[in-house]
Amino acid sequence: MAVHSISVTVNGGREYLNVPSNMTLLEMLREKLALTGAKNGCSAGECGACTVLVDGEPVNSCMMLAVEADGREVTTVEGLARSETGQGILEADQSIEERVSALQEAFVEHNAVQCGFCTPGMLISAYALLERNPHPTEQEIREALVGNLCRCTGYLRIIEAVQAVARDAPETGAWSLERKDAPETGAGSLKGDAK
Amino acid sequence: MTQLTSDPVGKSVPRVDAYDKVTGAAIFVDDLQFGPGLYYGRLVRSPYAHALIKKVDVSKALETPGVRAVVTGKDVPTRIGLYLIDRPVFARDRVRYVGDPVAGVIATSEEIAEQAAQLIVVEYEELPAVFDPVEAAQPDAPLLHPDLGEYKVANFIFPEPGTNISEHFKLRKGDVESAWPECAAIVEDTFRLPQIQHVPLEPHVAVALWEQTGQVTLWTSSQSPFAQRDLIAQSLNIPHGNLRVVSPYVGGGFGGKAGVSMEVYAVAMARAVKGHAVKLRMTREEEFIGTTVRQSLVARTKIGCDAAGNLLAMETQYYFGGGAYNDYGVNIARAAGYSCTGPYNIPNVKGDSYCVYTNLPIGSAMRGFGMPEIHWGIEQIMDQLAEKLALSKAEGIGMDGAEFRRRNCVKTGQTILTGMKMTPIDLVACIDRVTEAIGWGQDRPRPSAPHKRRGQGIAIMWKAPAMPPNPGSSAIVRFNEDATVNVEIGAQELGQGAFTVAAQVAAQALGVPYEWVRVSAPVDTRYSPYEWQTVASRITWSMGNAVKAAAEDARRQILEIVAEHWSEHPDDLDIKDGKVISYKSEREQPLENMVIYGLPNEDFEGWKGGPIVGHGRFMPTYVTNLDPETGQGTRAVVHYTVGAQAVDLEVDTETGQVEVLKIASAYDVGKAINPDLVLTQIEGGAVHGMSSAFEALRFDEQGRPLNPSLVDYRIVTAVDAPQEIHGDIVETPLEDGPWGARGVGEHVMVQTAPAIANAINDALGIRFNDLPLSAEKIFQALQESSNRYDQT
Repeated sequence: MAVHSISVTVNGGREYLNVPSNMTLLEMLREKLALTGAKNGCSAGECGACTVLVDGEPVNSCMMLAVEADGREVTTVEGLARSETGQGILEADQSIEERVSALQEAFVEHNAVQCGFCTPGMLISAYALLERNPHPTEQEIREALVGNLCRCTGYLRIIEAVQAVARDAPETGAWSLERKDAPETGAGSLKGDAK
Repeated sequence: MTQLTSDPVGKSVPRVDAYDKVTGAAIFVDDLQFGPGLYYGRLVRSPYAHALIKKVDVSKALETPGVRAVVTGKDVPTRIGLYLIDRPVFARDRVRYVGDPVAGVIATSEEIAEQAAQLIVVEYEELPAVFDPVEAAQPDAPLLHPDLGEYKVANFIFPEPGTNISEHFKLRKGDVESAWPECAAIVEDTFRLPQIQHVPLEPHVAVALWEQTGQVTLWTSSQSPFAQRDLIAQSLNIPHGNLRVVSPYVGGGFGGKAGVSMEVYAVAMARAVKGHAVKLRMTREEEFIGTTVRQSLVARTKIGCDAAGNLLAMETQYYFGGGAYNDYGVNIARAAGYSCTGPYNIPNVKGDSYCVYTNLPIGSAMRGFGMPEIHWGIEQIMDQLAEKLALSKAEGIGMDGAEFRRRNCVKTGQTILTGMKMTPIDLVACIDRVTEAIGWGQDRPRPSAPHKRRGQGIAIMWKAPAMPPNPGSSAIVRFNEDATVNVEIGAQELGQGAFTVAAQVAAQALGVPYEWVRVSAPVDTRYSPYEWQTVASRITWSMGNAVKAAAEDARRQILEIVAEHWSEHPDDLDIKDGKVISYKSEREQPLENMVIYGLPNEDFEGWKGGPIVGHGRFMPTYVTNLDPETGQGTRAVVHYTVGAQAVDLEVDTETGQVEVLKIASAYDVGKAINPDLVLTQIEGGAVHGMSSAFEALRFDEQGRPLNPSLVDYRIVTAVDAPQEIHGDIVETPLEDGPWGARGVGEHVMVQTAPAIANAINDALGIRFNDLPLSAEKIFQALQESSNRYDQT
């Protein structure tokens, strides 16, 4: 099996990897980088649990070869929360509640999560939708998520969570992952109560 | 400052696992890292539905570079099972369904294992196969298990050796023969359901390590870590103490990850390569046919009522198609037998419930455990009886389906079909809630297009936890220095919210804020206290009782220490918001530090107390066996949960497609420990139930699966989900539930399919006795009915 040297940006960090010809992007993420957020539910592009962003577009990473990601930018569910890298220790110590994106927070608030296996792919598909269409209709949300199967929630809480984020999105201009109530960065934002 | 929640029981606090799951941090079995020493397994499966194995040649596979071992039935001459130990770990002399595992290959990569599996040559001699449960129950049917009489079996299961009947449950109450002549309306019909699959998003996966010392570890996606330890230990002759089962988050269970299915193969294969972990994961195709499925059912049911609309008699035969092995399925037929009337008070009942071997995938537990299957027919017949009564009365004064159900549904304290007294519930309130929410009996909104028809339907249900009489739960509550609390349980988080409920119960019973509680995960049989299985919607009730007892034990220890310290009586003290308070002296003592270090005596002349660890357990002790000839006994089950659903839908007459617009759904849960989590079960269950009405595993005439993929076996998507689900909670406390709580996880999908069928009948005037409700079937029925209309 031929092995290829590739360079790919994953969640903002550049990775140089040797990957076999037949390795999928999903296998590369899970086995080479131990980024196990994207899940393998069918290996056939039918369930959406492995959805990641490649250059901003949602793809089933089980249906894409790792070599095809050469020179491209990949975002997984691990990349949705504000990253700790390159920031001061106080920033890095912020609790997860403070670092997650508005979309992730909405999934928590609306109890849009049950077993959690579809959640990473669902979040990525919803994120991609809001990036290209910050104010989708309910039908547009349903259609954007049609490739992401969920057996637990019945979908309605997920749709509500996406609607809630869309409601809070600015009317014009770029939609941003940042929450409106996101704490200011830098010194002084360390929260005391660990309980 | 994080907001703290006092007295969290009854409050919709956030899930304890939510942030783990939205950040990708939640670990599932396939996410565990085992390093380069990990081996991979693949199974060799039978291509025939029924055949004798003449010869297995593994030599070519063993010669393949990278292959480490091959395991066959010769290496593992043992069977495994829970209620009826009928399943060989690997088929030895005979295969009984397409997909029956014959051998396992262990190799250094999944690809090599897959290639080598194809090099194993098995010679078969085909046998006649049988697929329909009624045919399979006949005396001349091909026999799947000639050794049925030799299998070990639980004392409440009654197989009939020499036949394919693995369980026959008999229910006899009153005298149906003398009741029929009293009936003003009788409906008799046959209803059929195909096998369907759970379709968890996470396929089954297991990793096993058999160390040279004899220590065995199994990492598994399981609802039943302890039951797996027990059954695998027995089957493979491992001391229970040497077998450790670790189970991280489960990516959907729905019953499919209950008991043991493919996990035993990982352990048997690991034995052949000691010191190396072996990973076995099911492909989606294997998930459909090689794990377990919901059993098929043929139900022949006759029910009658008097002119006033009171149910008088019911006679029914349930033939469950149990598939090739019925080790779990026998108890589904039993549960369907002792609950065979559905949630109705019927004085005369004759019920026979059979589990029957068929040459199809293994039927086993699925959400509802026999109840969705039997309610499919019962709930349609109830509508038909109400319709008949309405027709027979002058000027159409009769009872609609809702009123008929209010009159006849089971009520608290009634003596039900097995002779036990009905535990407290309010099913009438559930019916009232859903009829109000759906606008029952009011002016109907018009269909959205001229070629569409709109209809409403209602259905009600009951279900008891179906399990052995004495399944136990246990829990440990441990304090840390800062008064945060670790709750240790053996119950599993499948998405239903078990961990959140455990934290709420512990916080409430201890008197500490919810945010101080941590649930120790993953479940690990080496460290976690015993839990029978996370099944039967029993966890909130049974585990909840154990956690409550453990927290009360810890609380008692704390109060005794502080009472002694203050020279007061423990009865005058309480714990509120993490502080011990005295109602008498109004003193306060924070829990911080004292729950580990105790409290000093005056002038530090010694200390009292020490680390606080509370223990608790719960096991129902009152369930009795039933008479094998009549199904009568003092206490058949621990309790029942009941509920009602109403559906509003449209049918497209040009395509036969059904669009479910709204589902109203109300359940009596006793006490909602976390109301919003109950509602998420109600919503998710309604969509699961709706999906089940349109699902079917299909097979060709040789028993080969035709649609084992997510493209050919469709489940409901975000586009198909109803516009609205109206959830409602009724709370009639259960005597022995924590704060009155009982389970609801399975009940929420039990009657959705018949509610949809009743609504389709309302829209079209056509009844469908067989699932699935495919668009093709509905379209053809519409064509036939319009042809009939044209001819008249």
